[in-house]
Amino acid sequence: MTALAQQNDLRMRLADFGRRHPEIDPRDLVEIVDAIMSTADGDLSSVNLKLYAEIEQLAIYIQRAREEIASLRPDEITDEHLPVAGQELEAVVGATEQATNTIMEQVEAIEGLTGDMPPELAEKVVDAVTQVYEACGFQDITGQRIKKVVGTLTQIEGKVHALLEAFGEDLKRQGEKAPVKPVEAPAEEGAEKHLMNGPQSAEEAISQEDIDALLASFD
Amino acid sequence: MSGVDMNMPILIVDDYKTMLRIIRNLLKQLGFDNVDEATDGAAALQKLRDKNYGLVISDWNMEPMSGLQLLKEVRADGKLASLPFVMITAESKTENVVAAKQAGVTNYIVKPFNAATLKQKLSAVLGNF
Repeated sequence: MTALAQQNDLRMRLADFGRRHPEIDPRDLVEIVDAIMSTADGDLSSVNLKLYAEIEQLAIYIQRAREEIASLRPDEITDEHLPVAGQELEAVVGATEQATNTIMEQVEAIEGLTGDMPPELAEKVVDAVTQVYEACGFQDITGQRIKKVVGTLTQIEGKVHALLEAFGEDLKRQGEKAPVKPVEAPAEEGAEKHLMNGPQSAEEAISQEDIDALLASFD
Repeated sequence: MSGVDMNMPILIVDDYKTMLRIIRNLLKQLGFDNVDEATDGAAALQKLRDKNYGLVISDWNMEPMSGLQLLKEVRADGKLASLPFVMITAESKTENVVAAKQAGVTNYIVKPFNAATLKQKLSAVLGNF
């Protein structure tokens, strides 16, 4: 409420008080209030009152935030959505690995037949088989990318758990408190952890030619 | 005639079994049949200490011991220090290549790679074959 609005409100209250209690002079009331305020001076300054009002607004804001977070059901996010998403992604890795192995087995079988083929045909088949081997490397790359995403999901899960802990019991479903899952750190030595990032995006990665040039620069 | 011993034992290290299979098959096509496998750095180091290998081809991103850690262990081991070590990895940032070179990597192949690149790098390491 602005100062002007507060003054208007005070005037209206005084006017109302005068109507209900005509036997009391409003000026006497002002004197009494002034006397009370003067005795509380130092304990109840206008700065303090403003501060209290700000804190009250902050408390209301926090309460609303708690209610909004509760409505998002963070317990469901940590107990259901994130674990399911992780499982789905791991299933993708498993399925592609299985399919890749099947492709490899069959291609290896085809390659095994090249000994019985005329040399010219055998050469063509081996070339094709080689390209299939090379292409099957996709499973490694996609697997590493998905592993990174699963790692990110695990971190989000840990942070949501931390949020639940910070906001207390009322955000938890039926008072059941799920244990806080620690964010898993890779086993790699801390100093080299930043070097294990998996496949880079096209913008970040450098080419084999760039790598060759970089290695040659050391010689 | 090539001066490269095509029967030399080669150790390939990767935590993705499919990738081990791909590298093994490509090596076989190049004429290298004597290939062993390990799925992490620690297992690889044990194999390297148990048998005389002519070449290591290793992935980087493995747990509990990464390819970089394996490389450092190899270079720090008096008996293995001069062993040719080729890194095949999806880690393709400059800082990775620099770290690997400083650790003593012999050559570095970025995934995805093709058979021609593998042959070219192995020729650079072992000599033409």
